[in-house]
Amino acid sequence: MQNIINVKGLSKQFHNLTAVNQLSFSVNKGDVYGFLGQNGAGKSTTMRMLLTLIKPTEGSIEIAGIDLFKHRKEVLRNIGAVIEKPDVYTYLSAYENLKIFAKLSGIRLSRQQLMQQLETVGLAQRANDKVKTFSQGMKQRLGIAVALVHNPQIVILDEPTNGLDPQGIADIRNMILHLSNELKKTIVISSHLLSEIEQVATKVLIIDKGKKIIEGEASELFDASQTIVEIETTNNNYAFEQLKQSSWNSFLLKERIIHPVLKMNKKDIPQLHKDLITMNIALISLQPKHSLEDYFLSITSNNQS
Amino acid sequence: MKRNFVFSIIIIATFFSANKLKAQDATILVQKVKTKLEQVNDYVAEGKMKTDVAFIKAPVGKVKVYFKKPNKFKLKRDGGISLLPKGGISVNMRSIIETNDYTVIPAGSVVVNGINTKVVKLLPNNDNSDIVLSTLYIDETNLVIIKATTTTKENGTYNIEMQYGKYINYALPDKVTFSFSTKDYKMPKGITLEFDSDLTPEDRIKMKNKKGRIELNYTSYTINKGVDDSIFK
Amino acid sequence: MFTLLQIELHKIFKRPRTYIAFAAITALIVIIQLGLKVDGKEYADFVLADLQNTLEINGKIINGYFVCYIILQLLLVHVPLLIALIAADMISGEANMGTLKLLLTKPISRTEFIIAKFLAAAIYTILLLVWIAFFALLASIIIFGTDDMFLVKNAYAVQIEKIDIFWRYIGAFCFAALAMLTVAALGFFLSNFAENSIGPIVATMSIIIVTTILSTMSIPLFNKIKPYLFTTHMVAWKEFFDVKVNDANETIRGSIQNADKIIRSSIVLIVHIILFVGASIWVFRKKDILS
Repeated sequence: MQNIINVKGLSKQFHNLTAVNQLSFSVNKGDVYGFLGQNGAGKSTTMRMLLTLIKPTEGSIEIAGIDLFKHRKEVLRNIGAVIEKPDVYTYLSAYENLKIFAKLSGIRLSRQQLMQQLETVGLAQRANDKVKTFSQGMKQRLGIAVALVHNPQIVILDEPTNGLDPQGIADIRNMILHLSNELKKTIVISSHLLSEIEQVATKVLIIDKGKKIIEGEASELFDASQTIVEIETTNNNYAFEQLKQSSWNSFLLKERIIHPVLKMNKKDIPQLHKDLITMNIALISLQPKHSLEDYFLSITSNNQS
Repeated sequence: MKRNFVFSIIIIATFFSANKLKAQDATILVQKVKTKLEQVNDYVAEGKMKTDVAFIKAPVGKVKVYFKKPNKFKLKRDGGISLLPKGGISVNMRSIIETNDYTVIPAGSVVVNGINTKVVKLLPNNDNSDIVLSTLYIDETNLVIIKATTTTKENGTYNIEMQYGKYINYALPDKVTFSFSTKDYKMPKGITLEFDSDLTPEDRIKMKNKKGRIELNYTSYTINKGVDDSIFK
Repeated sequence: MFTLLQIELHKIFKRPRTYIAFAAITALIVIIQLGLKVDGKEYADFVLADLQNTLEINGKIINGYFVCYIILQLLLVHVPLLIALIAADMISGEANMGTLKLLLTKPISRTEFIIAKFLAAAIYTILLLVWIAFFALLASIIIFGTDDMFLVKNAYAVQIEKIDIFWRYIGAFCFAALAMLTVAALGFFLSNFAENSIGPIVATMSIIIVTTILSTMSIPLFNKIKPYLFTTHMVAWKEFFDVKVNDANETIRGSIQNADKIIRSSIVLIVHIILFVGASIWVFRKKDILS
């Protein structure tokens, strides 16, 4: 599969706060890449860096093999984005908004083409009404039409369901599936709700305190038979090194830094326990999680405490 | 001004006692001048007017001057704003000697601008007259007034000097210079809405000059061709 | 770039807020004109009271040119507040609305974007002045006619010939445009630093009000800092309405008493504009969009 987004060692420092810390990941063409983390985990900062809204302190982003910050205009031509709620000019009409953003995206569309786009989001009837008279749902549909007016290959959605009612959330979900399955677009979506990501993502990355916790195929991460095991020891670094050299290496999630974490079959846990003792690792706790959801929740609760 | 006035009275009193005979001649001279002036029933003169007051920057402007017997006088600037000494311009020669109700006092001879002149003082007999005293410097040969100094009750003292040319036969001057004293110029900032004034010290001294001058240079006269009364309204 | 400018102008003139300034200015001008039409004579007598002790001033003192001068004197102090309303909202308003982040995900250069935005604010400012010129000058000329201009200044009075005035107004309006652009540039610069419009608008207005007060107060302490305040230089348009005189104290047609002052102030204002806009570009290019 063709690698379309490639992020290496991305960091962002805001004064004393490290919002994103040495983050690396890659997105393949056609992926629906789910970015999962609680509020303040660094999702939004990462998404905004992907869109050049925020300049990274360190690291690089390549999109379709081109450096994003060196060839910003060229790269952005191929990206459409909705960041949080889709904001447009409320004092302009739906048609005017779409026309302006088409121009800004570097394409010229005829009136007919613009009306067609409005038609696809069900706003053709209200094309000439000022957006301030629109309902939240209508604004959101217009925002999406505006983001996609230039038919980009990559769609970036940052918390697209924030503040939406259940119908709105369902609309967004259907839109993502449509963009992915029928229009074959690459989608990067962030959310703090696992359930949202779970339903659409093909690949998932969990981020916490600016660091990558885990990255993997959604099918594997959401598979209940794949248990996540978190080990806490008196010397985590030593434990990490020992596990790396053992037969457990292939189960070890390498990106994890604080504690060793393994992704393995639940029935192998007693064997792991034995081996840890053999390796002379002083164990404090060994926690198996049934699924990604449990794991995600545990991070969330850890942070909240 | 009050002191000037007292001073004048003293001088006049001196003349009264000493030059009774000469007073007679002086009255005749003034009469002659008056007769000469009276040939002109009306005139329209064109010329240029210059206002020279230290604290006023004004352009030279074209003016038209209208006169009609007995003492109608009007100065019109050719589209524009005109600045004249208050009450001054109407104090023209004609109105000074128009009435016969004054006492003429001779005051010797003086050379003014290279011309020998007889000096006569006119003292209005009417106490209500605005004019307190007029001093005329008369060119006896041409029977024209070369210079006049007039002290008024309301508007200070004016000096009028006249130079004659083409129209000397009508006793109409080519150039008239009015000199008058001005008051201090002071404007509260609230009125002008100007907040900074950066005058140089030299400027300030210049502005303190309280003498104002108005110069009228006539280029042509149209004499006795009739002037409509409406102009003077 | 042209497309960006076109879009920015479209946005400005689609907002009701834009027209507040035009309406306010029109109302102010009409009020002043009405007042002078009704009571112009009294006003002239009041202003000229001191001179009229000595001189008789004849002619149309209250004419179109004079009325325009009064309007400009009263109005140009307040127009900056109206300009702040738009200029200080240029970036912050978009940040507040959430459209800034959407705009900047589009394939447009940030530098071009911010220059286009400033140009749009500049065009708005200039249109506002054209509007003032139209109502304050042309309408006043139609209502009051023309004549020489007789201006009473602090230290002296100036009479400017009728035919020597119009070009001075062109100069004065060009200078006023420079002064107002400085205000626009200041507001624009401040709008980089907030995510709501109120902050930069109030900050711009406050700076202008405070510096104007410092500029106008004649206190020795303030006099020292006056030359460094841009508001001091903003009133130099008045210098167009002062003429030189020759040795015979006659005004010289087409002359300006303190032309050097106009040039100096223009340079100060241009430097301010360049600094504010340059700083805006610099800040905006580096800015992380967090709104």
